[in-house]
Amino acid sequence: MIELDGLERRYGERVALRGITVRVPEGATLAVLGPNGAGKTTLLRVLAGLLRPHGGTATVLGVELPRERWRLHGRVGYLGHEPLLYRELSGRENLAYHARLHEVDGARVEQLLVAVGMRDRADEPLRDLSRGMVQRLAVARAVLHDPPLVLLDEPRSHLDPAVGEALEPLIGRTSGRTRVLVSHDVDRALDEADLALGLRGGRQVFAGRATPLEARELYR
Amino acid sequence: MIRTARTILAKDLRLELRTKESVPAMTLFTLTVYVLFHFGLDRSSLDGSLASGVLWVTLLLAAVVGVARLFATEREEGGIDGLLLAPVDRTALFVAKGAALFLFLCAVELVALPAFALLLLGPGLLEPLPELLPVLLLANLGLAAVGALVAALAAETRAPELIVPLLLLPLLVPVLIAAAQATEPLLREDPSADNLGRWLGLLTLYDVVFVLLSVAVFDYLLED
Repeated sequence: MIELDGLERRYGERVALRGITVRVPEGATLAVLGPNGAGKTTLLRVLAGLLRPHGGTATVLGVELPRERWRLHGRVGYLGHEPLLYRELSGRENLAYHARLHEVDGARVEQLLVAVGMRDRADEPLRDLSRGMVQRLAVARAVLHDPPLVLLDEPRSHLDPAVGEALEPLIGRTSGRTRVLVSHDVDRALDEADLALGLRGGRQVFAGRATPLEARELYR
Repeated sequence: MIRTARTILAKDLRLELRTKESVPAMTLFTLTVYVLFHFGLDRSSLDGSLASGVLWVTLLLAAVVGVARLFATEREEGGIDGLLLAPVDRTALFVAKGAALFLFLCAVELVALPAFALLLLGPGLLEPLPELLPVLLLANLGLAAVGALVAALAAETRAPELIVPLLLLPLLVPVLIAAAQATEPLLREDPSADNLGRWLGLLTLYDVVFVLLSVAVFDYLLED
């Protein structure tokens, strides 16, 4: 599903990722842990095909990056820091727009509005909604095309616990999707994950199984 | 590709109707410049080459305002990432942005031309209007093609508002020459269509070259 071997990514002269080697089987969850600036978001963007790797090999959903990057389009659900939604459009309009881009039926939009608990406020522009409500719509946007792989950067940020649980069937372990999960909540991330990848300064500290103690060492 | 372009264009037009950012700003800019020329030149009316030059330089500068905002929403709200994640032909984005700019320019000209006639133009505008329309449409097409290309290029930089005029205006010199030369005889006291075909031909050639060039390179502009 995901195979990285010596993955490297630079921004100009600065190395953002180096020597990342990990394999994530289908249906598994990889927790990516590390302090700010460790390269977590860069890794997600490389896996999504939004950034080009500069070294090593990366295969995602059987697609070799960056050579066949175009084959990845429409197969990955990406939930980053930004919701990738337009503030002046309503939730329904935003999801309908993305549905048309992904050639997804309009009924799926209504189904997801119900699933994320936003049907009642679906026609309000995003600028009038709270950050948590926008995050719910961003989750719906990320899984609109029912992707087999989801890349989640702090998916529960701005969400209260009850809503977080309600989104479980969409982006949680029970969704059946392969997941790459970036989180600063070490205990929860390790609890949810089958594998963990520890990053510090763009370098891999551990990959595979990790104890909470090892994971917390990353932040010291 | 056309279907995707229509989807993006519909979204852009809806956003413009809601935010009223580009067209009102471009229109207000144009009107302000005409008022400035009206007082700055200290002449009650213009005709011929001076009228043509004032008309086109002002419209080109108004286009700069529109181009600078063309990718602003995408840049600020992650729209480009959303598009890159979708299984769509990226050329659709160029077509949609170019079409949006074309429509914005047409909307601005609906107000700008009567204002120009009222504030500055000596001869009437109605008589040469049928000949002026193809000049406007072809010039708008060229502006839209180059504008969408430059806007995409500038969107990836730290200071798009600075990059847009620096890149766009030199590229628009041929449009300015052809459009102003085609318009000049139409705005004389005794209007004629001298050499109109020749200048329309040059505008058409410019449009074809830049549409093809933009389609060819647009994909690469969106690569990281």
